Amino acid sequence: MADKIKIAILLAGGCAGCEMSLVDMGDTLVNALEHLEVVFWAPTVADVKYKDLEEMPDQSIDVGFVDGMIRLSEQEHMCKVMRAKCKVLIAYGICAGLGSIPGMSNIHSAEELLKQGYMDTFSTDNPDGVLPQPEYTLDGKYDLTLPKFMSDVRVLDEIVDVDYYIGGCPPHPDFVAKAVQAIIAGNLPPKGSWITSGKAVCDVCKRNPRNKGKNREFVEHVYRTWEKAPEDDRCLLQQGILCFGPFTQGDCNASCLNVNMPCRGCGGPIPGVKDYGARAMSVIGSILGSEEAVKELAEKYPVLAKFYYRYSFAGSLLERKRKAVKGVK
Amino acid sequence: MKIEQVFAKYFGQIPKNKGRNSQVKKIEINPITRLEGHGKIAIFLDDNGNVDDAFFQVVEFRGYEKFLQGMPMEEVPRTVSTVCGVCRGVHFTASMKAMDQIFGVEPTPTARKLREIYFMSHYIEDHAAILYALGLPDFVVGPEADPAVRNVVGLIQTVGAETGKAVLNKRRLAVKIFELLGGKPNHPVAALPGGWSKTLSEEERKMVDGWADELIDLGKITLQIFEDIILKNEKYMALVTGDMYKVVVNYMGSVAEDGKIAYYDGLQKVIDLNGNEIGTFRGKEYLDFIAERVLPWSYMKFPYQKKLGDWQGIKEGEGTNLYAVGPLPRLNIVSGMDTPEAQKHFEKYHDTFGAKPVHFVLAYHWARAIEMLSAAERIKELINDPEITSKDNWNKPTQVVGEGVGIIEAPRGTLIHHYVTDDKGIVTNANLIVATTHNNGPINLAIKNAAKHFIKDGKVDEAVLNYVEMAFRPYDLCLACATHTVTGVMPLEMEIYDSEGKLQKKMRNF
Repeated sequence: MADKIKIAILLAGGCAGCEMSLVDMGDTLVNALEHLEVVFWAPTVADVKYKDLEEMPDQSIDVGFVDGMIRLSEQEHMCKVMRAKCKVLIAYGICAGLGSIPGMSNIHSAEELLKQGYMDTFSTDNPDGVLPQPEYTLDGKYDLTLPKFMSDVRVLDEIVDVDYYIGGCPPHPDFVAKAVQAIIAGNLPPKGSWITSGKAVCDVCKRNPRNKGKNREFVEHVYRTWEKAPEDDRCLLQQGILCFGPFTQGDCNASCLNVNMPCRGCGGPIPGVKDYGARAMSVIGSILGSEEAVKELAEKYPVLAKFYYRYSFAGSLLERKRKAVKGVK
Repeated sequence: MKIEQVFAKYFGQIPKNKGRNSQVKKIEINPITRLEGHGKIAIFLDDNGNVDDAFFQVVEFRGYEKFLQGMPMEEVPRTVSTVCGVCRGVHFTASMKAMDQIFGVEPTPTARKLREIYFMSHYIEDHAAILYALGLPDFVVGPEADPAVRNVVGLIQTVGAETGKAVLNKRRLAVKIFELLGGKPNHPVAALPGGWSKTLSEEERKMVDGWADELIDLGKITLQIFEDIILKNEKYMALVTGDMYKVVVNYMGSVAEDGKIAYYDGLQKVIDLNGNEIGTFRGKEYLDFIAERVLPWSYMKFPYQKKLGDWQGIKEGEGTNLYAVGPLPRLNIVSGMDTPEAQKHFEKYHDTFGAKPVHFVLAYHWARAIEMLSAAERIKELINDPEITSKDNWNKPTQVVGEGVGIIEAPRGTLIHHYVTDDKGIVTNANLIVATTHNNGPINLAIKNAAKHFIKDGKVDEAVLNYVEMAFRPYDLCLACATHTVTGVMPLEMEIYDSEGKLQKKMRNF
């Protein structure tokens, strides 16, 4: 048993979908456990304690997985503990890597988010304008405390050094199985890399004209997905249904395209791309073949940041800079 | 208080409150294990060490209702799905139904049936995960067992590896149906306003038809385990039907036109604690029935039934306007199940408890197992519908209506998504009321009742704490959903303060 690879899994601020991908591996996970020893999987699955992890010797765990973004001080603390205990630390899933959907909340101030949640929503009954309070004494005798709501979502490598990244919202269970096999075989890329086939979604997409020996053409009109029924077996992008396949990692096997829907970038950037949204803007911009198409894009997707940066806003270059200037901790 | 002052108080320095009442001791159970999301229980003891009061607090918030604004409506379902990766099909489905209304279209019959198969597959994998990983270990392994074995691994050891493996493999088939139809095994993408982007080939249909048989088996196996382990155990049945796990409130759930169970779409029905109808509603009428009170000590709001008066605080019994949702309320509200095997178990369930509505919280688990079988039978019906392989999968919209309310019965209970858009279909306002939020009041009551029963003379140990936790586990609370916030089953902290407010003892399991 001493030869088993020790792994630890921590959910920071995520939806647990990444952990469900491990569970959804089913038999493959059971088989992998012949080679792996799970010493920590919290808080989702096992009743293992945070303090048990804290008490383990530094560098005593071979591989650590962290899923979710970081917003609470306890999440930050546990990420640091994971870094100290794990020889290799993986940002597992697009939240840990680039912030994913919850990262879009950084586009708004904490005041805006709270005001909508606790005052402006249609069914809210809040005559006195009360917000959840960090400390509150109820009925003059019950002291109740809540953690303070932090305004900014951060990604794992803003907190600690990260050795590898895995994309996906969540990563497909089949790809997780491949990544786990690579870990077992010790077949890992240079540190700082994404664990990926290196292929873009387009490379594995049945609709790609290149895969059929045809060239790409400019797009004359932009359509939202409800405006046009896609033709069978033809590239969605070529039909004006904007798709992020060209610059997104295709470890999902183009799963959204398999049900005739466009890619929105949950896989993270293909190797060599430093800022996902900037690349999205440049690729989509350069494929639009008319002034009309540019105008349609601006009208149809009025908040472009929530389109191009849907899965990568919190970890974008600009966001990192903003947080650094603001001194976000 | 003015909003500016509230914000100043919230974001500014808050003076440490010195007003601790010398008569009250405080126990905090923080966070709670084996539920999704972040929660905390604070229990206050009096001088005799008995429970004075108890509170369930949700400690996180994410802000989806704000940052969905500015997005095209058709992009919302695949985005809002990430509210929770465990409830992987529900936010997608509710927002998809709202999207139909935003664009003024109804799905084609085939699209509607494909959506329902996909949704039922989510029911099965989710109910299975909840029962086997969260709910059943307390009974199968035992409520006072070591926490190290009181989990799904301990459960498999107890029921045997063969049964355990069969359950895991059959549940995986439900995930496969979900992926086949939704595009991804989690956070699906196939929603179109008025349609569903994936159609089924005959080969795929046959495959799902075969899987449906195995899922029906899974439902039957689960009900058999429930029967053998719980129904035949007098001690457990004493717990199930005991006052310490009883919460008397009103109930809400969906019914079909014939009054039977409805998950994907139905009429919302509210009954009082004696089973009398308070009213029924559809869509935007939810605002005539439900208001959500903000209390300063939790990130989760407290919904109540407006038809029964203004906010009255957290109380149960006659006069309360709190209500519960989920499997137990659904089985209280419907006249029956719409499939034959599930109907037999529905009858047995109500014969066992006698009086309707059933107020016993632990009966949630049994109701959940019955629903799992019903969902599997429903897939079997739908996959053999002659229309299911039709290519007529989309009523393409031609207009933007601009407002929509999608209401479904999620596995954990009624889920409401309400959106308003501009004339281009870009979201300008959003409101989400999720199952666990509806249950916020009842969960507080359940915890208080159990704490009062099990904590006496200041004696608090691991087993007692688990008995308290068992009070909320049936609600299968998903706090990630509830605060549109972050998931993760929470470890637990208990702090015991003496009457001077000094920390005497701290027990942590995380």
